[in-house]
Amino acid sequence: MSPKCLILDYGMGNIKSIKAACEYSDIETIVSNKKKDINSSNALILPGVGSFKKAMENLTNLDLLEVIKDQALNNKPILGICLGMQLLFEESEEFGKTIGLGLVKGRVKKFDIKKINNNKIPHVGWSSIFKNKQKWEDTILAKIEENQKMYFVHSFYVEAQDESVISSKTNYGGFNFCSSVNKENLFATQFHPEKSGREGLKIFNEFSKVIKQN
Amino acid sequence: MTKKFKRVIARLDVKGPNVVKGVQMEGLRVLGQPEEFAEYYYNQNADEIIFSDIVASLYGRNNLIDVVSKTAKNIFIPLIVGGGIRTLKDIYDLLRAGADKISLNSAAIKNPKFIQEAVKEFGSSTITISVEVNFLNNKYEIFYNNGREPANIDLNEWINECQDRGAGEILLSAIHKDGTGKGYDTNLIDQVKEIVYIPLIVQGGAGSIKDIEHVSNYEIDGIVLSSALHYTKILQDDNVYREGSLEGNKEFLKSKKNFLNFEKLNIEMIKKAVSNL
Repeated sequence: MSPKCLILDYGMGNIKSIKAACEYSDIETIVSNKKKDINSSNALILPGVGSFKKAMENLTNLDLLEVIKDQALNNKPILGICLGMQLLFEESEEFGKTIGLGLVKGRVKKFDIKKINNNKIPHVGWSSIFKNKQKWEDTILAKIEENQKMYFVHSFYVEAQDESVISSKTNYGGFNFCSSVNKENLFATQFHPEKSGREGLKIFNEFSKVIKQN
Repeated sequence: MTKKFKRVIARLDVKGPNVVKGVQMEGLRVLGQPEEFAEYYYNQNADEIIFSDIVASLYGRNNLIDVVSKTAKNIFIPLIVGGGIRTLKDIYDLLRAGADKISLNSAAIKNPKFIQEAVKEFGSSTITISVEVNFLNNKYEIFYNNGREPANIDLNEWINECQDRGAGEILLSAIHKDGTGKGYDTNLIDQVKEIVYIPLIVQGGAGSIKDIEHVSNYEIDGIVLSSALHYTKILQDDNVYREGSLEGNKEFLKSKKNFLNFEKLNIEMIKKAVSNL
């Protein structure tokens, strides 16, 4: 039986594309924001396109903050994508300071135009991901070759407090930012694997293995 | 110096159930089915696909929800959708259907505040502003309603206004070059790149590898192609024309002729030409 993965529907993001990528990768999905569905799923995907503040407001209004944290602490595989990755961190400076889920230590910052050498914000397009301290074998990047280009669309990036959670970094205008993380059962990418062509689909395939092994 | 990476984007103009293409936005020819074209370019490793409902502004609605919905099941690259998008609900519905970015033109010109409302709701990077420019009486003029109505606003002022209101990207189209295969209007690109600080993608005029090599020396973030790709596809694909499956002016498609000014181009060749691969 293929594992059942819940794609969290909190009004932010390209759920349909993520669902399609999951189905392509033999992950059975359910799109929901109901606590009982979350509890009974084998894994959770946090999608996200849009603003951090609005996302946290929606999660708060749906009363989902605690249930998400519980899943994370109970070792359920979680995949955060783009804004969904940023939400895992402690806080964001988007529209003033906004508190996040706090599952990974660090904060979300806006690109500093000087540090990225006057490159454009948002960072939109295909950029390479390269290794940091983690080996990729044990992560959802297992089948990805180093320097593979992935699709990014974002104005903010995460600054992880603990370098060891960083799976990959990406260079934008001479500035290296964290482009994916893995901390135990938590996996997350700043890029959009569901929009990165066949290479991106390999990440869903690996996530599917993670869920089955769990 | 290595050139900056540039996205190669295939654009599909959609009218009713068909992909169409004209010259200078007029004289539309029916070319095939949107889902099939999109899949073809995905398989060729396009970086993005644009769907534009070119009659939507006229009829006051976007008909692409179904096309986007079907396409998003099989295609895992970004989809930009434009044409007749007027409300936050329109944007929400298209994003739910599988669009990644929304391109606005007429609605933004009629009500520039809509840009920032959309940006606030969906994030800057979701909102592309399509700026359609014609070169008339020795100056650049902005048009909307798919090239039909002059906006009577200054090009530089409009680009700045879009940026100030938080737009995430500018899609700059040269109507006078559209579908001609006679090369990009690099004067236009020069003028805009002086003031643009958000990503800039350009469209209109690509006919040969030379055109593409030339434009790739400019500080742009991507190039958008339609005719140059479509005509190559049609020539290669004997099955593209299916009697009965397409409505409209099919004479062009049947004739398989008259691709004036167009070299046979595919996405791989174009990617090499733009990025020094």
